[in-house]
Amino acid sequence: MSPIVKLLAQRISLSLLLLLLISVVIFAGTIVLPGDVAQSILGQSATPEALANLRAELGVNDPPVQRYFAWLFGAMQGDLGTALTSGQDIAQALSSRIGNTLFLAFWAAVVAVPLAIFLGLLAVRFKDRWPDKLISAVTLASISIPEFLIGYVLMYFIAVKMRWAPSVAMINDSMSLLEKLHSIALPVAVLTLVVLAHMMRMTRAAILNVMQSAYIETAELKGLNAFQVIYRHAFPNAIAPIVNVVMINLAYLVVGVVVIEVVFVYPGMGQYLVDHVSKRDVPVVQACGLIFAAVYIALNMFADIVAILSNPRLRHPK
Amino acid sequence: MKNIPISALIGLFFTALYFLGAIFAPLLAPYGVGEVVGNVWEPSSADYLLGTDNIGRDLLSRMIYGGRTTIFIATAATVLSFTLGSVLGFFAAVTGGWVDQALSRFVDLVMSIPTLIFALVVLSVAPVTIPMLILVMGLLDATRVYRLARAVAVDIEVMDYVEAARLRGEKTAWIIFREILPNALSPLIAEMGLRFIFAVLFVSTLSFLGLGVQPPEADWGGIVKENKEGIVYGIPAALIPAFAIATLAISVNLVADWVLNRTTSLKGGRG
Repeated sequence: MSPIVKLLAQRISLSLLLLLLISVVIFAGTIVLPGDVAQSILGQSATPEALANLRAELGVNDPPVQRYFAWLFGAMQGDLGTALTSGQDIAQALSSRIGNTLFLAFWAAVVAVPLAIFLGLLAVRFKDRWPDKLISAVTLASISIPEFLIGYVLMYFIAVKMRWAPSVAMINDSMSLLEKLHSIALPVAVLTLVVLAHMMRMTRAAILNVMQSAYIETAELKGLNAFQVIYRHAFPNAIAPIVNVVMINLAYLVVGVVVIEVVFVYPGMGQYLVDHVSKRDVPVVQACGLIFAAVYIALNMFADIVAILSNPRLRHPK
Repeated sequence: MKNIPISALIGLFFTALYFLGAIFAPLLAPYGVGEVVGNVWEPSSADYLLGTDNIGRDLLSRMIYGGRTTIFIATAATVLSFTLGSVLGFFAAVTGGWVDQALSRFVDLVMSIPTLIFALVVLSVAPVTIPMLILVMGLLDATRVYRLARAVAVDIEVMDYVEAARLRGEKTAWIIFREILPNALSPLIAEMGLRFIFAVLFVSTLSFLGLGVQPPEADWGGIVKENKEGIVYGIPAALIPAFAIATLAISVNLVADWVLNRTTSLKGGRG
């Protein structure tokens, strides 16, 4: 077996193991803690009979290990259980919402990734001059501001004052792609701003790191202009770190979506999760938590795989 | 102290301002926290400097009391995460072996779940009270501190003076608190600023989602939530707490940046 296949197999099995352990943590997180779930759902005034019924329905009386395995095997077969509050099948409720969430995250990524890489290159090209300074100032500001603030500021000025875009992002299946894009314009803008600065700064750091190598000096001495040096020599060597940055930020994007969906009343998974946390609907929260964690792990794994594949030393072993 | 850059001075000034505001909230606030004093969403006037909120409470008073809650929770969570994270991190670095492995792998596991998602999972069953919020945030954040503390301590642990202490027969506790802690303090303090900001943003986000500080208690994230309906009618009340969060975070960031630069230059570039 070639070493690269072995490395990839190792990385993928590590992720699967991690996901399994995370399912344990998420499950344990909801049962280890103090507090009676049945009591929290029904409130202080619940009768003992009602509490006992709900406990039986929740399966709280079974041993935790048995409940965990029942839940895990169900989840693996696509059966996420039913919501306590509405009695709806969770997998069915989630299927359309996952699509909506991915739609939002996808368009945010389409805008943010090329823009961040281009601005990162620009910052390297004009290092220590005003474009670079401006970029680092914006970075500092944007990591200090919560997502929902950016959301409301944009909503206030762009949607309410200037009326360029709708202030709530409602989408449904009967809308054309263009209509959908118009209605998610603001959330996409916010998500882009949230990840842009970080992605840009790390791209800048990754390329600057490469720029200090001897072959860059050679390229400069050969008389190539600055953009060509960056594009032909620095960029290929910076791909692995940049992909890493992009993936970390996309993973962040998928989580940041939770808050943004609530701000813009977008019918996605994040809003579903938040709604059911306040209703204390544990099965829904566990299912959503597991899916978010799985996406997060998958993106991180993908970053590592690209890093392995883009490294010629691993591709062509001696 | 005379070489403080202007950005750090600005940061220090505003950070101090916010903390003093939090401490002396009852003296500064013109009205009570839950007192209905005027009409709904009145614009700012001499009586109500920032106007009134969604049920006619004075927004300035709510902001001052809210700042107190937000800053208190963030500070308590930061203290908890630092105490726990750094002690465990140092302990892992000093002990080594399977203890180190077990702790580090466990921290890796918790860190591989997005913090917000994990917090939401826990808060779906736990009672949402202020001590619980502090506990959840502190424990989740302790994993980040643990990483840093362990990395710093591993470097210090191989120094001659630590070995000398070991040969003298000092106990683990002595090595952690008397040898490693004083030498690891500066990077940890710089990190503390960043963790504090993270805690402020995090508790505000939770309250905004309705899963943090519960009404009638005020906090900045909660004030955004209460007044968000106004945005659509062009009433900017919800933007005021957001502005406060941002300025606090930027000021603490400026201070942390300065501390970090200062400590790296002290060590000749090694952080």
